[in-house]
Amino acid sequence: MVAASSTDGAALPSQGRAVLSVLKKPSVIPGFGLTMGFTLAYLGLIVLLPLAALAVKAAGLGWAGFWNAVLTPRVLAAFQISFGLSLLAAAINAVFGFIVAWVLVRYRFPGAKIVDALVDLPFALPTAVAGIALSALYAPNGWVGKLLMDWFGLKVAFTPLGIAIALTFIGLPFVVRTVQPILQDLPPEEEEAAASLGATRWQSFRRVVFPSLFPALLTGFALAFARGVGEYGSVIFIAGNMPGVSEIVPLLIVIKLEQYDYAGAAAVATLMLAASFALLLLLNLLQAWMRSRHAR
Amino acid sequence: MPFRHRLSVLAAGVLFAVLGTTLGATAAKAQNTLLNVSYDPTREFYVEINKAFAQKWQKDGGGKVAIKQSHGGSGKQARSVIDGLDADVVTLALAYDIDAIADAGLLPKDWMKRLPDNSAPYTSTIVFLVRKGNPKQIKDWNDLVKPGVAVVTPNPKTSGGARWNYLGAWAYALAQNNNDEGKAKAFVADLFKNVPVLDSGARGATVTFTQRAIGDVLLAWENEAYLSLQEFGADKLEIVVPSLSILAEPSVAVVDSVVDRKGTRKLAEAYLQFLYSPEGQEIAAKNFYRPRLKELATRYADRFANVNLVTIDQTFGGWRKAQETHFADGGVFDQIYQKGR
Amino acid sequence: MLAKTSGQRPALDDRSWVRGFLILSALGFLLLFLVLPLVAVFVEALHRGVDAYWDALVEPDALSAIQLTLIVAAIAVPLNLVFGVAASWCISKFDFRGKGLLITLIDLPFSVSPVISGIIYVLLFGLHGVLGPFLKSQGVQIIFAVPGLVLATIFVTFPFVARELIPLMQEQGTEEEEAALVLGASGWQTFWRVTLPNIKWGLLYGVLLCNARAMGEFGAVSVVSGHIRGETNTMPLHVEILYNEYNFVAAFSVASVLAMLALVTLVAKTVLEWRFGAELAATRH
Repeated sequence: MVAASSTDGAALPSQGRAVLSVLKKPSVIPGFGLTMGFTLAYLGLIVLLPLAALAVKAAGLGWAGFWNAVLTPRVLAAFQISFGLSLLAAAINAVFGFIVAWVLVRYRFPGAKIVDALVDLPFALPTAVAGIALSALYAPNGWVGKLLMDWFGLKVAFTPLGIAIALTFIGLPFVVRTVQPILQDLPPEEEEAAASLGATRWQSFRRVVFPSLFPALLTGFALAFARGVGEYGSVIFIAGNMPGVSEIVPLLIVIKLEQYDYAGAAAVATLMLAASFALLLLLNLLQAWMRSRHAR
Repeated sequence: MPFRHRLSVLAAGVLFAVLGTTLGATAAKAQNTLLNVSYDPTREFYVEINKAFAQKWQKDGGGKVAIKQSHGGSGKQARSVIDGLDADVVTLALAYDIDAIADAGLLPKDWMKRLPDNSAPYTSTIVFLVRKGNPKQIKDWNDLVKPGVAVVTPNPKTSGGARWNYLGAWAYALAQNNNDEGKAKAFVADLFKNVPVLDSGARGATVTFTQRAIGDVLLAWENEAYLSLQEFGADKLEIVVPSLSILAEPSVAVVDSVVDRKGTRKLAEAYLQFLYSPEGQEIAAKNFYRPRLKELATRYADRFANVNLVTIDQTFGGWRKAQETHFADGGVFDQIYQKGR
Repeated sequence: MLAKTSGQRPALDDRSWVRGFLILSALGFLLLFLVLPLVAVFVEALHRGVDAYWDALVEPDALSAIQLTLIVAAIAVPLNLVFGVAASWCISKFDFRGKGLLITLIDLPFSVSPVISGIIYVLLFGLHGVLGPFLKSQGVQIIFAVPGLVLATIFVTFPFVARELIPLMQEQGTEEEEAALVLGASGWQTFWRVTLPNIKWGLLYGVLLCNARAMGEFGAVSVVSGHIRGETNTMPLHVEILYNEYNFVAAFSVASVLAMLALVTLVAKTVLEWRFGAELAATRH
């Protein structure tokens, strides 16, 4: 690569290769240029360019205009609802997802394999289908909604609770699928050692099992949360869509678009995007942490 | 190396060929298809109109014609057209939404003068839909602001019908309070405090009220209310006609820039003219839209309650003014709605 | 795996009431959130009989929605497949700077709200967008037409294949490819004969998930569709329209087709995991 320092015109190709080699370690395997070129072009065209259009539109408002569009009570309320209810749904999933993972790994019962396969249903079922099915179930005249209404006077569909239900549905697989493999690989000897040292089952769970599962649980929780914040299809059918009460951020973005408020929609969307970015970064850190814990 | 280059060119070529084919397929549209972009409760009405018009067009030697429909909240539909939804004709809930399309330069600003009756071939009004037996005893607008009455209406920001609802309530309050705007504002603010759900379109609100059993009263288009009665049965719902309501004029227009590009002007104009023909007017009347033609209006008079109807021009100085005052960002609706919670 | 339960390991045994309680709460939770909604779809679809169900599916607008959904998936999935293979090849077979950033960018569409995935194309290709006026003058329609639906679908399904393949190919390393190349195989021969057979099940797995999402996407396509019946309505959008027309039986009938698609996906996925679990292991952590 020393040749790269040569600056005469004839050496340009080798210079180019040298620049490349600063970025990339040499390898005998071909196809780097082709696959990298295609990847970057495709990524740029499909993802980055359109996202840039969004940022440009929001930037058109100027700094003050951007914050004016975003810092309204309605937008703030929508963020509060989206993030709050996603947290609630992720928490429900953390508890029950953990139990489901525990039951699937530790116990034997008939139909366990079917249950295991079914856990991924929310990944495969279109969100609109989930939305109409859940609202049919939890509406005041639906199967479950009627019971809840008659027994507890509890209204689910078309209230914030309905949103939490939809978000719980779509985030359900995340906790199960992150905790399950870690629990499976957990060496039983540690729990046996704890038991032989006189620990009760609960103590050994709390001191031995739970700490090793915690990173995975947290990762699953964060994944479910991130998914819930952006969710649209399943929520709009079951939410009341009341500003300040049951209006989620994605719906507010759509409403702003429908009101010809392009810049406003772009501003809220940009803020949302920034939040997703932050979440994604956090998730990467979490997963790195989980992997390092798991590797030990 | 050149081999690899050729491959990347090839890969890019395949990508663009695939995209190109789909582009080409959609760009080359036949001249005898028409897209009617309309608002929410007109779905069933235009299904019938399209069928009747296609038959007539074919009989008159125009050949086969396919008419596509798109429905949604009126404001939202206008937004789509402004964004490039290729509507040959727009048949929206109110004039302002077509004005917005005109402002975007897709059709001339004097579009309203191109067809008779302010370019509104049929009219409608706002009535109340309540549950059977009217358990909350809702008779008029002032019953809507009582505590414990849940009122369902769509979002005035996106739905045309909701804007008529809002203005109907406002007009009633003005009439009751010697045109005191401050009292009207307080009245409408109280009304919206009783609104638990804001759907984006009239149809969504109807579904919320009828199927989901939310609310005590639905503020609805007259035609939408009658349609619900047909769909869900007169044993479940009742229509209440208030003492005063607003004359709703859903407007129609040809979108010039689209028909000129697609070469569908003749067809599009004939389609809108058909709405004014006796046959079109009869279909309108059957679908509970008030016909303009005298003869049909008298024939179907018993279908439509006799209400004291105020117009937007008299009471609110036209749609542009009403839109600016009430529904623009930071307008009266935003003020009362945010104060309400 | 489930065989590794209690019995031989008494220290791992929970009391029977604990076990019963946990199994019941897990099953109750899944019943309430997974099974009942699924059952509701089919019950609502069939409650006016098989004829009404069938009529809703063979009605022209429904057929065109099904056809459109298939077309969109048939374009979006292969494109993302090619991209996924290319991206994971360059990420897993080479060491270069900025790899972490590239992976994050590929993952990005996962964390973007579907609504935003639609809006960005409206802002780019809409008549008031950056490229819209130019494209319109060329007679090219992107949003409110098939290309817009395809683009939005590609965006939301963008990471699926790459995400399955990257960990798999990273785990497999480069020794086999290097051996093939040393023995004189060309790059393409190496890919077709060595790499592809190693990753085929992972690839299929990714395509399966990608396809399920492509056919079921709602939020993103709803923003770019324009909702023209019989023309730009995919199946999920058709479900919404029917639902808003009081046509609940028809809405749930079309929804049931999508639900069956989801079930088929789950079965195929489970079969893949059972048969080729070891080969897929890298993708499941």
